[in-house]
Amino acid sequence: MVAIMSDDTPEKSIISRPMYGRLSAGNSTHHLFVADAEGAQAILDMQVPNASEFYSRAHIIYIPRDSGNRYLSSLQALNAKQFYTGPSIATALQRLQQTLSTAHMGLQLYLAGTEGLIGQAMQVAMNAGMDYAVIQTEHRGSRARRVQCVHCKGITEDVTTQPVTCSHCGLLLLVRDHYSRRIAAFQGVCINAEDPSYVPEKQEIFK
Amino acid sequence: MSAGTGKLDVLVTDIKPINTLVKRFQFERADGRPLPNFSGGAHVVVEMKDDDRMRLNPYSLMSSPLDTSHYAISVRRDDQGRGGSLFMHNQVAVGDRLVISYPVNLFALDLRASKHLMLAGGIGITPFMAQMAQLAANGSNFELHYSCRSRSLASYAQEISAHYDHRIHLYYDDEGQQIDISTLLSGQALGTQVYVCGPRGMIDAVCSQATAAGWPDQAIHFEEFITPPTGKPFKVRLARSDKTITVGEHQSLLEAIEAAGIDAPYLCRGGACGQCETDVLSCDGSMLHNDHWLTEDQHASEKKIMPCVSRFEGELLELDR
Repeated sequence: MVAIMSDDTPEKSIISRPMYGRLSAGNSTHHLFVADAEGAQAILDMQVPNASEFYSRAHIIYIPRDSGNRYLSSLQALNAKQFYTGPSIATALQRLQQTLSTAHMGLQLYLAGTEGLIGQAMQVAMNAGMDYAVIQTEHRGSRARRVQCVHCKGITEDVTTQPVTCSHCGLLLLVRDHYSRRIAAFQGVCINAEDPSYVPEKQEIFK
Repeated sequence: MSAGTGKLDVLVTDIKPINTLVKRFQFERADGRPLPNFSGGAHVVVEMKDDDRMRLNPYSLMSSPLDTSHYAISVRRDDQGRGGSLFMHNQVAVGDRLVISYPVNLFALDLRASKHLMLAGGIGITPFMAQMAQLAANGSNFELHYSCRSRSLASYAQEISAHYDHRIHLYYDDEGQQIDISTLLSGQALGTQVYVCGPRGMIDAVCSQATAAGWPDQAIHFEEFITPPTGKPFKVRLARSDKTITVGEHQSLLEAIEAAGIDAPYLCRGGACGQCETDVLSCDGSMLHNDHWLTEDQHASEKKIMPCVSRFEGELLELDR
């Protein structure tokens, strides 16, 4: 029988579990932000000594998701050189990929919001040649997870329960803290392979 | 002596003058077997028995990492130096046996890079010779900017230009040509790694301009072997060995410790690798730190010293060695 892990204290977990910091204005001529939902507040809370000059060299890619237009006017008031809002993470990632394809060394990348957004944007940035260790991140909002089923390899987005049913193959998965930067997902492993009649109750723990 | 890495017995199989200052030395293993594999950027420490004195100087391997039938190093003669380069130039002959260390790489390529941007100054070209051979063999993207005093002193410039063509950019001081570091750094695609080897001023300029332009530390690589500076003789108490030694004017602290028969750790002997880091028990005077290893805070604390390049002025220095 497998114990269900709690996600209340992600900091005290295994080494592959991503850690997030606080955004801080870096030293560069180009700044690129990617944020979703409450991630906007991380940008707004960041201390910037010479804000008008800083944002005149900044590009913000923002996906409001459930937050609607709660943060839009505040973000627009930063007067970034470029400001883009998109309907989904997938569309924003396309824009991120295109932006990075012509970007130069020295670019500072800031990711803020849900783990799913941070992980997928980091995946795009790593594929564009950035070192994950130099990308700034700040987690805000939902703790919902992107989970890859180790059996069928399908990815289930916005997982909030433990265990979770794989949206592809239907197996009941234990969501582990084991994380892959390459896939940008947590690992989900069948929780009842030995005894399919064992069906633990789903608890909503990734809120 | 067991400190440092394992040793290799080699024969000097070729010595070639490259210009008025630089000679190239080729080594093959005395037992005829292939030499150990190495990666571009690695160096070996050459042992030089000069009368009763033992010199141990690091030199970058410049031969191709793809060919381990021999190693090659280049030695620039320094008439004002401590004598290691003069020993190599004047006393080493083809057919001589030498002892060298296994290769150690403190200037390794980051092979995840989409492009390798290399800046060399003078004899700092040597590690890049091996790195370019390695990168060219696997089709990697690189570009070398090489600054020399003059055409006649530009070691290997013609050879690499002929071989690597448009990847090589040459600059001659006496013709008023200089590498435009800031322009070079400002237009590099994401995933570029920068490497610099040359005089201190060049390394400092590249590192500081890259950092100011937002390059992460992880993407900035440099190598400078510091020659142990000469200075006033000083006394050192080695507490663990219960010995008091005097470090001579032209001797490094590490060499004096070794001369007293103490097996002290080392790898690069040039202030870069951190292997010889030693705890200071007491310091009645001032330490003259010359390494790249300890932080500024550690230098100020007077609790650590790198005996390969750093010295002391004062009454007595006591080390945990």
